[in-house]
Amino acid sequence: MAAIVSVVSSTPNAAAASSLSKEKMKLGSCNFNSLLWQGKRPSFATPKSLSKVTMSVATNVSRFESITMAPPDPILGVSEAFKADTHEMKLNLGVGAYRTEDLQPYVLNVVKKAENLMLESGENKEYLPIEGLVAFNKATAELLFGADNSVIQQQRVATVQGLSGTGSLRLAAALIERYFPGAKVLISSPTWGNHKNIFNDAKVPWSEYRYYDPKTVGLDFDGMISDIKAAPEGSFVLLHGCAHNPTGIDPTPEQWVKIADVIEEKNHIPFFDVAYQGFASGSLDEDASSVRLFASRGMELLVAQSYSKNLGLYAERIGAINVVCSSADAATRVKSQLKRLARPMYSNPPVHGARIVANVVGNPVLFNEWKEEMKMMAGRIKSVRQKLYDSICAKDKTGKDWSYILKQIGMFSFTGLNKAQSDNMTNKWHVYMTKDGRISLAGLSSAKCEYLADAIIDSFYNVS
Amino acid sequence: MEARAADRRIATLARHLEASSLKDSHEIVSASPTSSNSSSPSVFNHLARAPEDPILGVTVAFNKDPSPSKLNLGVGAYRTEEGKPLVLNVVRQAEKLLVNDSSRNKEYIPIVGLADFNKLSAKLILGANSPAIQENRVTTVQCLSGTGSLRVGAEFLARHYHQRTVYITQPTWGNHPKVFALAGLSVKTYRYYDPATRGLNFQGLLEDLGSAPSGAIVLLHACAHNPTGVDPTPAQWEQIRQLIRSKGLLPFFDSAYQGFASGSLDRDAEPVRMFVADGGECLVAQSYAKNMGLYGERVGALSIVCKTADVASRVESQLKLVIRPMYSSPPIHGASIVATILKDRSMYHQWTIELKEMAERIISMRQQLFNALKSRGTPGDWSHIIKQIGMFTFTGLNSKQVAFMTKEFHIYMTSDGRISMAGLSSRTVPHLADAIHAAVTRGV
Repeated sequence: MAAIVSVVSSTPNAAAASSLSKEKMKLGSCNFNSLLWQGKRPSFATPKSLSKVTMSVATNVSRFESITMAPPDPILGVSEAFKADTHEMKLNLGVGAYRTEDLQPYVLNVVKKAENLMLESGENKEYLPIEGLVAFNKATAELLFGADNSVIQQQRVATVQGLSGTGSLRLAAALIERYFPGAKVLISSPTWGNHKNIFNDAKVPWSEYRYYDPKTVGLDFDGMISDIKAAPEGSFVLLHGCAHNPTGIDPTPEQWVKIADVIEEKNHIPFFDVAYQGFASGSLDEDASSVRLFASRGMELLVAQSYSKNLGLYAERIGAINVVCSSADAATRVKSQLKRLARPMYSNPPVHGARIVANVVGNPVLFNEWKEEMKMMAGRIKSVRQKLYDSICAKDKTGKDWSYILKQIGMFSFTGLNKAQSDNMTNKWHVYMTKDGRISLAGLSSAKCEYLADAIIDSFYNVS
Repeated sequence: MEARAADRRIATLARHLEASSLKDSHEIVSASPTSSNSSSPSVFNHLARAPEDPILGVTVAFNKDPSPSKLNLGVGAYRTEEGKPLVLNVVRQAEKLLVNDSSRNKEYIPIVGLADFNKLSAKLILGANSPAIQENRVTTVQCLSGTGSLRVGAEFLARHYHQRTVYITQPTWGNHPKVFALAGLSVKTYRYYDPATRGLNFQGLLEDLGSAPSGAIVLLHACAHNPTGVDPTPAQWEQIRQLIRSKGLLPFFDSAYQGFASGSLDRDAEPVRMFVADGGECLVAQSYAKNMGLYGERVGALSIVCKTADVASRVESQLKLVIRPMYSSPPIHGASIVATILKDRSMYHQWTIELKEMAERIISMRQQLFNALKSRGTPGDWSHIIKQIGMFTFTGLNSKQVAFMTKEFHIYMTSDGRISMAGLSSRTVPHLADAIHAAVTRGV
């Protein structure tokens, strides 16, 4: 007994553990452990099996031992790195979360008002239906398509509340995987970093269509059309409704028509990611025009929505997946299948953010106030965009054309900096951004435009 | 790969052809006003209409019933004696503090959720003095209630664990097999409920877990088994623990009723703590839906107890990779309410009192229903009603009897005979007793 105790009391040696084969590690190590806990000697223990058992105790290794440390998320990891930096000039241009001129997070006034209303009305916290809050679903579809749109009037839209943009995209991906097995999703090159992860995890194959042209720092329109045309018929084409992330480069209205043409021609299914409605131009209707164009052509389409940015509800995780079908009956069936996918994922969605949206959109006074606040946010971003451009032009005497900064729209700007240059931005200038050269203008104050201009010019010209 | 893709397309086409009814083709041909400009059929035509979720669908059916005597004993949501949903006073208090706190914002919370919520949740289930916590061997991530915690845990295991089979009780919560299957695990059952005794089939349980392959995942209900209400005794739990450890099986606890079952948070956590105390590894999915009445806020946590702190930290990093492509980060509101309550002594105490009141009302409903059946002389042994624990009672009624009760008495419950005691009141117990009596005596 003493011999056994002395083996067990020594700390398992990691080196020794790894030198033993996997076979031996599986041998009843837990069994011995539990029996020892009771101070009992295993009754089955013959001298031979005892030695096997004592060896396995020394290899009492976690069953998760072989798991490696995952790298930090490329986007959200930026904020983590920023927090750890103590430099006084540090600037967080990583994640796309709106900041005021004082670089503070912003909770919209209408949101505060809605939350107070909700507190006063003292509603309960019962489970929502699997498809989410009915009032929210109605409001969100109407906001996207317009209340008088025929797709709404004819009840051809299946709307299911989702966990912001990500969750809504994931539900759609799960629907595609189940009902369109083998169908591909075409995503822009580049696109939001998490798109690929979503489709990978949902086991939906994807391929890229050309989008960003580094030579012009603009849209490679011919490449885009060509790649969409070349894809197998019946592919899903992921389109950013407005304010393309990460480039900020959107097709023109004429280009949208041609994109719709080629999608129809190939019987592809348009799949919009709308994370910035109202935030891009300042106008809810204008930012929905690409989606509405496709819907007006009688096309069936998917649209994922998010209220993270336009209502500042980042942490509440509120969005929706909308599927426009050619008939009300199809929409009913699609909705039922989306529910079947949501139930084993999280059962039903969170109520708080949905009620805030329903209260704001459903109340004419609050709705108008919201539109004003949104114009203010979009306006601030447009003005720092202008100021950044002006600062860069004032400092860069080479005559390089930086006007692409002004042409881009939305929260982000694709600086055109490569990975090494982006690293320089962080390492030398303490400017935190993503490695693809994307900066979030929402995190820029006009006071810091000069500093940022210096950093960009240095990185562009002095680092390759 | 190519052949498989082609097979899938053929299978889809076949389903499409099967699904097309005369009705569908009529719609296509007649270009009705409800269809779009396009003359081609919907690309979604092959999607059939899914039936309502068996559990949540009960409420859907209940809502449609115009009868004034209707009773909803379907979904496990607590109701007051007046039959109303309940928001705990301490929850309202916490919410008021949060909404009025001008220093708060709505920025994305970390992928793993709120740090203080996670720490407090681990302490709640494992015990504040748990060595596993003190040794930093536990990783806890905020998830969307119990379902979300189970799903994230299952996805993690499907990717990183060598054994891809999970054993679930027979019967179990209807959503369990779907959660695990969609995560990519294969699902087997182990015997649990004994219809003859309306209690635990302990021998069957030991045999089935005993013949499970080494390393297999085993789903355990921490307390208040859903749907049966039948829990192992402490001595039985100890035997289960020994068996699981001797076979190197991986326990995955579903803890949805801590504090709700017996009224005591510590007592209801005992089985989990027993396993953690032996130094072994396990997973725990926690839900605050019932015990804090936060159903719609979707608050829960997944804890993975590992052998070492180093493993725990690597496991956490991999959990983030599961969560980010699913919903990026969890919702802030419910978790903030929980953290506010758990970290404040007087609010925590207030919570334990309100929790106890809910648990005790349910225990009293059990007694009242039992008494009512006895006084009606309803044939059979109904003692299981007071022996079973938690929100649900597995009545032992079959699906025909259930259908009868719904049709004749407007009682809404799941077809497996499960009733939610939380949906009963002193006022409605007689009606339910009448319904059960009728179902049993009319030889349905």
